[in-house]
Amino acid sequence: MKSTINRIAYSTLAISLATVWGFPFIYSLWAAFHEEKYSANFTWNAPLTLENFATVWAAAPFSLYFTNTVILTLIILASNLILCTLVAYAFARYKFPGAGLLFSFIMVQLLITPDILIVENYNTLAKIGLIDTIFGITLPYLTSAFGIFLLRQTFKTVPISLDEAAQVEGANTWRVLWDVYVPLAKPTYLAYALVSISFQWNNFLWPLIVTNSPEVRPITVGLSIFATVESGVEWALVNAATLLSTAPLVILFLIFQRRFVANFMRAGIK
Amino acid sequence: MKRLKPSLVFIFLVMPCSLLVAFTYYPAIKSLFSSFWNQGTSRRPSKFVGLENYQTLLADDVLAQILWNNALYALVTIPISIGLSIGMALLVNSKIKGTSLMRLSFFLPTMLPMIAVANIWLFFYAPGIGLISQIMQYFGFEPINFLGDASTSLWSMIVVAIWKESGLFMIFYLAALQAVPANLKEAAKIEGASGIQVFFDVVLPLLKPTTIFVAVNALINSFRLIDHVIVMTEGGPNNSSALLLYYIYEVTFAYRDFAYGSALTVFLVALLGLMALFQFKILDKKAHYQ
Repeated sequence: MKSTINRIAYSTLAISLATVWGFPFIYSLWAAFHEEKYSANFTWNAPLTLENFATVWAAAPFSLYFTNTVILTLIILASNLILCTLVAYAFARYKFPGAGLLFSFIMVQLLITPDILIVENYNTLAKIGLIDTIFGITLPYLTSAFGIFLLRQTFKTVPISLDEAAQVEGANTWRVLWDVYVPLAKPTYLAYALVSISFQWNNFLWPLIVTNSPEVRPITVGLSIFATVESGVEWALVNAATLLSTAPLVILFLIFQRRFVANFMRAGIK
Repeated sequence: MKRLKPSLVFIFLVMPCSLLVAFTYYPAIKSLFSSFWNQGTSRRPSKFVGLENYQTLLADDVLAQILWNNALYALVTIPISIGLSIGMALLVNSKIKGTSLMRLSFFLPTMLPMIAVANIWLFFYAPGIGLISQIMQYFGFEPINFLGDASTSLWSMIVVAIWKESGLFMIFYLAALQAVPANLKEAAKIEGASGIQVFFDVVLPLLKPTTIFVAVNALINSFRLIDHVIVMTEGGPNNSSALLLYYIYEVTFAYRDFAYGSALTVFLVALLGLMALFQFKILDKKAHYQ
């Protein structure tokens, strides 16, 4: 009897919290798929429409923004995967003077991230003439302390005997890294890739500062300009644009959801 | 452990780390140097002014208000998100139906860019036609201009931050909960502990490392993520919703005062450094980095 009451209370709590939490997003869906006049007027049988998405797509160069975001996300991801692998491998399996100190120096970047150093990073970029370029947006993010940390942890769990066996068979450093370590760290790579993609896809402040022209604007900056200036602040359009620009990421996450959560946990904190 | 051959040092360490130095260490140190100079104009080149920028900083009333805002923002957002995320993790981890839908609902805000979140909530908060206004009017309350009123603007930002971040923290707690040994809970139940007692006496202490990890991350985030401030209020009205990094952005890129912007950056870096030191000295004994 008592447990039944408990269960009902528990379920009620769960349903209400999940509903409250999901509400803003559902509201945004409502506004995006209805005409503007229904944005703040909830008639249950209001006709659905895709008109807003078509208007948004035609009103601003969203396909260009998407391309820019994809390019910059991929540059950063590729560079992170390669550079972090190298550094992590050196720290996991080699002995060299000052390793401990150097590692803590790298870990400082977890705290003092490039996101807060906008003033001088902007000056640096201006000095080397990369303001208003996609490559300029990516530069501060090409290595990542977080990636180095995750991969070092993973590489350390690889049995040394595997490494030695490969060397006995005549594999050089690169072969060992590529044939032994990289395949064993696949879950970590996947988890890190998802974190990196979602961070870069969502990054706003730095690209906002660095870009001036639509040709290099990523989707977040394009969206903010559309929402404040170009849409004439029509809620239906703002919401359609908002959903449009986040859809690829949400879909990516839905596909990888379970694996993402499991991998991230295994790689990151134990 | 092998010795690292000098030929590999360059590829393994120097190349990747030089990028890191160029965009993390160099700008931090350069900020310190720039902060001792004033902002030059086309007619007057910048000159060495010693601690003048720091005198301005200490006497800056706007900065004092913004620091208070940031402290309030962090101190309210972090405990509430942690409390909610533990609740969410318990619900999602329980045996009731529909947990995957619940998890989606809790986690979705985390996936959205802060810009998107800000747009959605801008609509929510809009005076008159916004949903919250409508609900208040329905119940006969006077509608409030949440973002346009200095007494509610920061609180509106706090709600947005809690909505966005709790789902991420839930994931960490979910992992921690799943790592709690079942026999511990069984043992406590056999001893006659109630469900609530089991939670407080057995489960909660085991979540402590996760809580430290989450709290530190949330604290850093509260100083790093200001996209919503830019989109929703631009710090206004009267700086009532401005945060420290937003002020740096405004001073540097709107008022074009790079010198004072540098001094403020030094201040922010020092602040984060102090927090790290505090974590290191006092809390790190329980943290996870092995």
